[in-house]
Amino acid sequence: MILARIAGTVVATRKDPRLEGKTLLICQLIGAGGEDEKGYVIAVDTVNAGYREKVLIVQGSSARMASGCKDTPVDAAIVGIVDHVEQDT
Amino acid sequence: MYLGKVIGNVVCSAKDDALVGIRLMLVERVYGGGTVVALDAVGAGPGETVYVCRGKEASFAFKGREVPTEATIVGIVDP
Repeated sequence: MILARIAGTVVATRKDPRLEGKTLLICQLIGAGGEDEKGYVIAVDTVNAGYREKVLIVQGSSARMASGCKDTPVDAAIVGIVDHVEQDT
Repeated sequence: MYLGKVIGNVVCSAKDDALVGIRLMLVERVYGGGTVVALDAVGAGPGETVYVCRGKEASFAFKGREVPTEATIVGIVDP
């Protein structure tokens, strides 16, 4: 699983019917210290994350196990809002 | 699976119901580099070398539960 920061939303009127009602968010990848890393993913939100919040994203077929994503065409889902990251020095 | 070193943990209060009660560890890969967040199925601690199962199989570590994860710590390497 990876850490990311919400950078925006995606609006799509025509989409797979199984994605209707789901929020698609643009997520900037970040490192453990909160610094931006190269790349971003579009992920389905299952925890009501807000703009600029740090989130935890599950990728691959496991994303379909997230709440409300069963049998949906999804390969990245936001499954947690990060309070803080404790790093050992 | 790959080897990693536990370098910290991640705290989330709002998370998927299936993740409640499971610790989220920050794991740095031993070979090749890179950091991932992995669920802990074996009680790993900071500084320990562990092996991480990735992909959909990672959720099989939590038998009987549908846990959304693609990285789970499934073993601690003896020191």
